[in-house]
Amino acid sequence: FQAPAYHLILEGILILWIIRLLFSKTYKLQERSDLTLKEKEELIEEWQPEPLVPPVPKDHPALNYNIVSGPPTHIITVNGKECINFASFNFLGLLNNEKVKSAAQASLKKYGVGTCGPRGFYGTFDVHLELEERLAKFMRTEEAIIYSYGFATIASAIPAYSKRGDIVFVDEAACFAIQKGLQASRSNIKLFKHNDMADLERLLKEQETEDQKNPRKARVTRRFIVVEGLYMNTGDICPLPELIKLKYKYKVRIFLEESLSFGVLGEHGRGITEHFGINIDDIDLISANMENSLASIGGFCCGRSFIIDHQRLSGQGYCFSASLPPLLAAAAIEALNIMEDNPDIFQTLRAKCERIHKALQGIMTVKCQSFCQILETQLTTVSIGSRENDVKLLKRVVDYCMNSGIALTQARYLEKEEKCLPPPSIRVVITVEQTEKELDKAASLLKEAAQSVLN
Amino acid sequence: INHIVHNGGLYKRPFNEAFEETPMLVAVLTYVGYGVLTLFGYLRDFMRQWKIEKCQNATEREEQKDFVPLYQDFENFYNRNLYMRIRDSWNRPICSVPGAKVDMMERVSHDYNWTFTYTGRVIKDIINMGSYNYLGFAQKTGACQEAAAKVLSQYGAGVCSTRQEMGNLDKHEELEKLVARFLGVESAMAYGMGFATNSMNIPALVGKGCLILSDELNHASLVLGARLSGATIRIFKHNNMQSLEKLLKDAIVHGQPRTRRPWKKILILVEGIYSMEGSIVRLPEVIALKKKYKSYLYLDEAHSIGALGPSGRGVVEYFGLNPEDVDVMMGTFTKSFGAAGGYIGGKKELIDYLRTYSHSAAYAASMSPPVVEQIITSMKCIMGEDGTTIGRARVQQLAENTRYFRRRLKEMGFIIYGNEDSPVVPLMLYMPAKIGAFGREMLKRNIGVVVVGFPATPIIESRARFCLSAAHTKEMLDTALKEINEVGDLLQLKYSRRRLVPLLDRPFDETTYEETED
Repeated sequence: FQAPAYHLILEGILILWIIRLLFSKTYKLQERSDLTLKEKEELIEEWQPEPLVPPVPKDHPALNYNIVSGPPTHIITVNGKECINFASFNFLGLLNNEKVKSAAQASLKKYGVGTCGPRGFYGTFDVHLELEERLAKFMRTEEAIIYSYGFATIASAIPAYSKRGDIVFVDEAACFAIQKGLQASRSNIKLFKHNDMADLERLLKEQETEDQKNPRKARVTRRFIVVEGLYMNTGDICPLPELIKLKYKYKVRIFLEESLSFGVLGEHGRGITEHFGINIDDIDLISANMENSLASIGGFCCGRSFIIDHQRLSGQGYCFSASLPPLLAAAAIEALNIMEDNPDIFQTLRAKCERIHKALQGIMTVKCQSFCQILETQLTTVSIGSRENDVKLLKRVVDYCMNSGIALTQARYLEKEEKCLPPPSIRVVITVEQTEKELDKAASLLKEAAQSVLN
Repeated sequence: INHIVHNGGLYKRPFNEAFEETPMLVAVLTYVGYGVLTLFGYLRDFMRQWKIEKCQNATEREEQKDFVPLYQDFENFYNRNLYMRIRDSWNRPICSVPGAKVDMMERVSHDYNWTFTYTGRVIKDIINMGSYNYLGFAQKTGACQEAAAKVLSQYGAGVCSTRQEMGNLDKHEELEKLVARFLGVESAMAYGMGFATNSMNIPALVGKGCLILSDELNHASLVLGARLSGATIRIFKHNNMQSLEKLLKDAIVHGQPRTRRPWKKILILVEGIYSMEGSIVRLPEVIALKKKYKSYLYLDEAHSIGALGPSGRGVVEYFGLNPEDVDVMMGTFTKSFGAAGGYIGGKKELIDYLRTYSHSAAYAASMSPPVVEQIITSMKCIMGEDGTTIGRARVQQLAENTRYFRRRLKEMGFIIYGNEDSPVVPLMLYMPAKIGAFGREMLKRNIGVVVVGFPATPIIESRARFCLSAAHTKEMLDTALKEINEVGDLLQLKYSRRRLVPLLDRPFDETTYEETED
């Protein structure tokens, strides 16, 4: 039979095309200059890398650590001198509590020290499960999840929910762990001025107009607000009721970081939600670390099961890291017991804070609310020039106080890494164990030091 | 592919690493298995959506139903339909010290693993082949535990401050000096979490304009640290030195992409023992390459510190190399020391820089004192400074256990990945149903094993991973091997087509070790 004409012509063209391809020069997608082997070797010889780390000057303020001999409790021995401790975040004084220590001892005798494995592979102990239940019950949420390191808690929780393409509205004064969590999540970050609800509303409105232009994309873009209960960098609290209103108006989820307000604010120490009387289910995720009020190590997140259960498979710090040593979990459980049995310590702590807040007005600007237990005291004088000089001045104030028996510390930041670097300040921490005489002594000493150094 | 390398004097001992190829039939059956599971998954999702079947996972609040959904449905497809079926193999709760034998809390599920209830019964004395307890320091009695108890009563459990503020105790300084002495480096620094050591220090060392060359199978913490640093990341094939050399050459010759500026520095990220493959890094070749191309080496010895080397000093000692050749020696205390935390060791300038600029020193709480004491005591024991030879004996026992266990498993006909000397032994399962079956059958016979599937491993290469310990006696290993043999026959797991001639049982001696294959 005869093939039709167009068939033959098509086949002919195809054969010609194949012949052309066979004989044409191959081309590479990336244009690479043709260097000879000798030139390449010369380049390799010539290349000089930078040193792995630049040298650090010997008198860098962050290089010489204070050495604490013995436990960092109420009376602390710093660099050989005995002082009253106004620098450790031991708000409820549980670091030296005998009941906590004996609970930890019992756990040590039963389980040893380490857990030798992540939670998924024989690293889940009954103490962990018990601690998670107790925390969930205490905070009156459905479920809680424990991390073995406070920093990793919020830094793993945020990337588990917020991915590339999602939008996160975060306060400027957010702490470093939140910043790292946001960086790991690769989402769009929108900063709003510290505690400025009008600024936040403006950003939300802008986002809304953007959404109307592209409703399909808006339907899958998740939105979050990340705020702290008590800000570490400035010492004040966030206006939670207004945030809840904004949440329902613009359909944004709220993640609350309560490291400093857990165990301090609220009638029973449940944090800022109790302080403002807000239903805890309105907050999507509460994350806190156990290294402050609970005087242990680690962190936890609590909320509804719908949200928390997701972290068990996608929280990086949970799945890929060894679990919390059982003795620390047992110490945290005992600390929770003490908190539940003595609800009046919170009132005592608040009274002490108000007292010292009043006493410190004057030469140092004290930035925080009167009932907050961290006071960031800053210099009121206009900066002499550079941040370095301010830091040196504050160091002299701190040294003066330490020589007279009050242990203080400057707030430490990584200057190059922070998004919005707070001004240098001295951090004064109020704990339940400090007596009124000691508080008065600290206040007067600070005033004296500031006067003598600044003049 | 079987590598037996005596590479021109770089290696002072034979380097036997084997990754047997997946048999073709097994690969096909595995894909078929996953296909069936996926089909059933779609069917169940369909039924759940149309309310024919009850939906058992937690749902969003009523008030927030009109918010943008938090999870995309397809993200959790694998979770709902494949992981949920065999969920009881993971997160098994234990209630005793995680030593060679462990007590497990029994749990049952009446709704196919959606919820678990505890019966209250405790299954006692399960042989523990899953915990990272290489030198057997997970103990509740003994010198380590007593020292930790004393420190706990003196210092308390927590620290409540960061290293740069008021959290630097004298115990931390003692620990760091000891770690530096143990590793043979100038100086060291310790952190509270191994994962965080990587993710917080790599960004402090490299930044934009630098190049990171990372192994294909690096741990999530290294990957996260590399991403957070902002440097360019290029990946080389697992343990493949030709791939690494090609990348190094290209990087130096061509510079940064598009601008052609030279790279500021190049950092190579490798691990000592890769925990999913059981392979050991080819350290002599990596160091030779590093010196030739003037780059820096970051060695993560999470699993190899304490487990390799005649005195437990890690992979550097195993190959007989100089610790000063490795620029950044990182490791964790969780595995061989029975505690928690991580460390970085290196030259004094490096550690001084990290003390000033590491994220963890400025923002994260320092290590808990009893944990520090446990590390100090166990490290002194390994080094022999506590006056006994327990440390040395344990390191040798671990090496013997490793060789014996691997040899016996190979003789039985299982496919075992990894290096001859690594105490991490992955046994290949491949098929998804066998993952769950292996875990459950071994538990019935009182042996606790770890099984891993996707996404920690490639989809068809799921495996069971045994972690050997110096605390395992020969009887325990023999019991375990007998049961593994039984289960292997039951589930038809003996895929290996290369049989090893069984050796007569004589004390292991490297020079007389022979291997024959057909």
